[in-house]
Amino acid sequence: MALTSSRQRTGSRDRAFFIDTESWIMRGLLGLGIVWLVVGVVLPLFPMVTRSFQDTAGTWVRQANYVRYLTTPALAQSLTNSLWVAIATTLLSVGLGFIYAYALTRTAMPGKKFFRTLGLLSLYIPPLANAIGLIYLFGNQGLITNGISGILPGININLYGPNGIILGEFLYCFPQALIILITALNLTDARLYEAAEVLGASPIKTFFTVTLPSVKYGLISALFVCFILAFTDFGVPKVVGGNYNVLATDIYKQVIGQQNLSMGATISVFLLVPSVLAFVIDRIVQRRQTALVSAKSVPLQPKPKPVLDWVMFGFCLLVVLFAFTVFATIILASLVKVWPYDFSLSFQNYSFRGVGGGGYAAYWNSIRMSLYTALFGTGIVFIGAYLIEKGRGLKGVRSLSYFLSTIPLALPGLVLGLAYVFFFNTRIWWIPFTGIAIYNPFHGLYGTMAILVMVNIVHFYTVCFLTATTALKQIDAEFEAVSASMSVPFYKTFWRVTVPLSLPAILEIGIYYFVNAMVTVSALIFLYPAKLPLASVAIVNMDDAGDIAAAAAMSTLIVLTSLGVRLLYSFLTQGVRKRSEAWLSR
Amino acid sequence: MTFSEQPATVKRYETAGPSVAKPGSGSPAIAPESRSLCEPYLRIENIHKTFGKFVALKDIYLDVYPGEFVCLLGPSGCGKTTLLRIISGLETQTQGRIFQDGQDVSHLPASTRDFGIVFQSYALFPNLTAQQNVAYGLQNQRLPRTQITTRVNELLDMVGLAGMGHKYPAQLSGGQQQRVALARALALSPGLLLLDEPLSALDAQVRVKLRSEIANLQRRLGITTVMVTHDQAEALAMADRIVVMNRGYIAQIGTPRTIYQNPSTPFVANFIGVMNFLNGTVEAENIVRCGNIVLHTPHNTVPIGQAVVIAIRPEDMRVVSDLPSDHDLPNRVEAEVISTEFLGAGYRLELTLSGNARQPITLEISANRARNMGIDALETLSIQLPPDMIRVFPAEQ
Repeated sequence: MALTSSRQRTGSRDRAFFIDTESWIMRGLLGLGIVWLVVGVVLPLFPMVTRSFQDTAGTWVRQANYVRYLTTPALAQSLTNSLWVAIATTLLSVGLGFIYAYALTRTAMPGKKFFRTLGLLSLYIPPLANAIGLIYLFGNQGLITNGISGILPGININLYGPNGIILGEFLYCFPQALIILITALNLTDARLYEAAEVLGASPIKTFFTVTLPSVKYGLISALFVCFILAFTDFGVPKVVGGNYNVLATDIYKQVIGQQNLSMGATISVFLLVPSVLAFVIDRIVQRRQTALVSAKSVPLQPKPKPVLDWVMFGFCLLVVLFAFTVFATIILASLVKVWPYDFSLSFQNYSFRGVGGGGYAAYWNSIRMSLYTALFGTGIVFIGAYLIEKGRGLKGVRSLSYFLSTIPLALPGLVLGLAYVFFFNTRIWWIPFTGIAIYNPFHGLYGTMAILVMVNIVHFYTVCFLTATTALKQIDAEFEAVSASMSVPFYKTFWRVTVPLSLPAILEIGIYYFVNAMVTVSALIFLYPAKLPLASVAIVNMDDAGDIAAAAAMSTLIVLTSLGVRLLYSFLTQGVRKRSEAWLSR
Repeated sequence: MTFSEQPATVKRYETAGPSVAKPGSGSPAIAPESRSLCEPYLRIENIHKTFGKFVALKDIYLDVYPGEFVCLLGPSGCGKTTLLRIISGLETQTQGRIFQDGQDVSHLPASTRDFGIVFQSYALFPNLTAQQNVAYGLQNQRLPRTQITTRVNELLDMVGLAGMGHKYPAQLSGGQQQRVALARALALSPGLLLLDEPLSALDAQVRVKLRSEIANLQRRLGITTVMVTHDQAEALAMADRIVVMNRGYIAQIGTPRTIYQNPSTPFVANFIGVMNFLNGTVEAENIVRCGNIVLHTPHNTVPIGQAVVIAIRPEDMRVVSDLPSDHDLPNRVEAEVISTEFLGAGYRLELTLSGNARQPITLEISANRARNMGIDALETLSIQLPPDMIRVFPAEQ
């Protein structure tokens, strides 16, 4: 009896008021989300682009900076260099990545789990650290250059220059391509292959008519992702580029070396345009994709083919061996007293005494920053994706929000960092062509931990956002309807149902943010204040100062921290998985 | 608290279903018009819904009376689910109004309307136990814990899941999950129960069992119910009234028996059950000619000379003998057997009527009768189309 009366107690008037507050909360949050994306992603780009049309004193010079850049042979050469190393890296990474992914998914090669794990190892290593590893292997005093202190004939690959950059970028891009290609190759229907076999198609014909078309979109995606990464990366060319200039290092030289922010902005535009183009083309191509795999698809079980399997095994072993050797060299170099003269082991490089970069303070700052990034980034991304995916009404706002959330993928870290400098490090904004000036309410953020966390959140926003969206799409669309029928406000269902169901994705996002914040340099190098040194930036500075052993030690710290957090994550998710098993399995 | 205390303020109107339907509905039929004596609980007035250029619903008028079980029935894409979502407030109509319990709820959001809903996908929260799912809305009402527990146990008991409350949805079968969803929808004692294809995801046997249980429960609680389904057998078995929909409009509203026996259009006739159609022209107000066959039909108002379609159900035709007593039966027709299909309890015969029209026709007879006739050797037979079983529709342009 009491129940009927309780339903009446919340009379229609009360409930009408209550629902009003509920929909206002949703509108308010969506509005906040738009403000966040506009301030974090869109607005900072404007002062940077305007700056590229001004000279160092801030007067308008129209296209003069661009003309100067393109007509100075030394500078214009960088554009060609950047394109060349990016294309070469892309072809190398996607080519080898495809064979590697094919071996993992379509052959009966032994040791798949091992190869899968080690193939992705480089994800936890800053590209900078890989470059330092390469120096110890192929540099002037490198193990391989000297044939392991003269035991073997040495091989000099002329590391400093395009060779080193391509090798370093390969280590950086390979795991990224691998993830995409494994996913693409995993999605297939065994019956297509059975049909091809029944129709009498040769293995080669089957490969070209069934396999390749089905992974077309994955391949294209991998190509563009690798191109953008290699084209815009700063760490590797900084360390092993030598005199071979690329756009990313040019920006750094102009901004840090010559304090010419205008030219820095101009080169940033050169860096930005191809990235945005690649991003747009990829989006257009991916939109054509239709689901090849239905719920009724039968997973493919590769049959043993001894020759192919062992050839693939050998190939994968070589790739892993290379990546692992570089990884091991970083650790070895950090433990060796004086490379290559005294190979006795010690921890003296880990004292960071007498070297620049900030030492352990930088390390702890990085950990703090990464934790904040993981914490706030995950919250913002997930709530943002939830409002877009599950929100009701304001369709225009939600699709704008979705669009803005995908933009960061096209923004190179260096460009983003420089844009943040222009946007936040000014007390007064002059709105171009109007003569109107307004006080910058965000200026207080400049030079704080907050802006470092913010730039990290934005820099890696899109991947996290897409992960969250995918997870949310898998949740029954009627949950919100059922809650509404029981007059339960959406935020309660979000907290009690949506978040617990998405926990694996949420943790995955958190870990992605943490690891990337630990290893990234590009977005931070212009932004970090002197009072807040960072570990990854310290590697650059130590390398600049010639303290390569200390740089290796710092790299090792970062890698071990990232791997440690990843292990901790698997350990923790095991607990979560056990708890969720009750509702996942019968 | 027992369920007699549910807000069943208005006595439910019982209508006798067709013979296939309603286990336990033995009460005498009450003419539908007696409903108009009381106010409708739900009134749908001139609802239109468009998605861009696509017209999903047009000119929808419907009154649902207190305690009534109404089925929205139609092929996929006919707009029935859209109509249900508009009734619930989950979707907004482009035009028109909705009244529930005398209140205009046309523009109220779903969360302020008084209804419980069950979806085809169950939409159970997978991380909450059956108990927690059922308690979900009650907890939001800030009721004392003991009261919630009592109520939840009652509800689970009511849907036949006593003692299963601690299980997670994944540990329950499809039928059990749908029972939990039903209990959850009823937890707040809503005035209106909405069922969106609640049985479609279940196995055939579970479906039949659960549909009679839902119908019985609905009758016991006297809760006004609107169900969407594309399964005509389900609608015939469960509903007090069926709303047949097609391409966004209402084709016919009526009791299951009316819909089955007196379909108002060939679409309804064909959608509900199996129907034979023969093309012909009107010769007199109760005579239709199909080729050289002349058939007596009920009186109709189609002008003489106009093309018509006549309809008759396979089970309404009779096989007649050569005995003299059968010779003078009206509408006696010779037919050629094209194929016979064994259905278990009976046979389905595909026939062609003799004469120059050579129209195909399907006939169903019991296995017993078929054996007596020696069905396997049969090449021709005489059948009768009883005039009062024939429906005449103007031919579509």
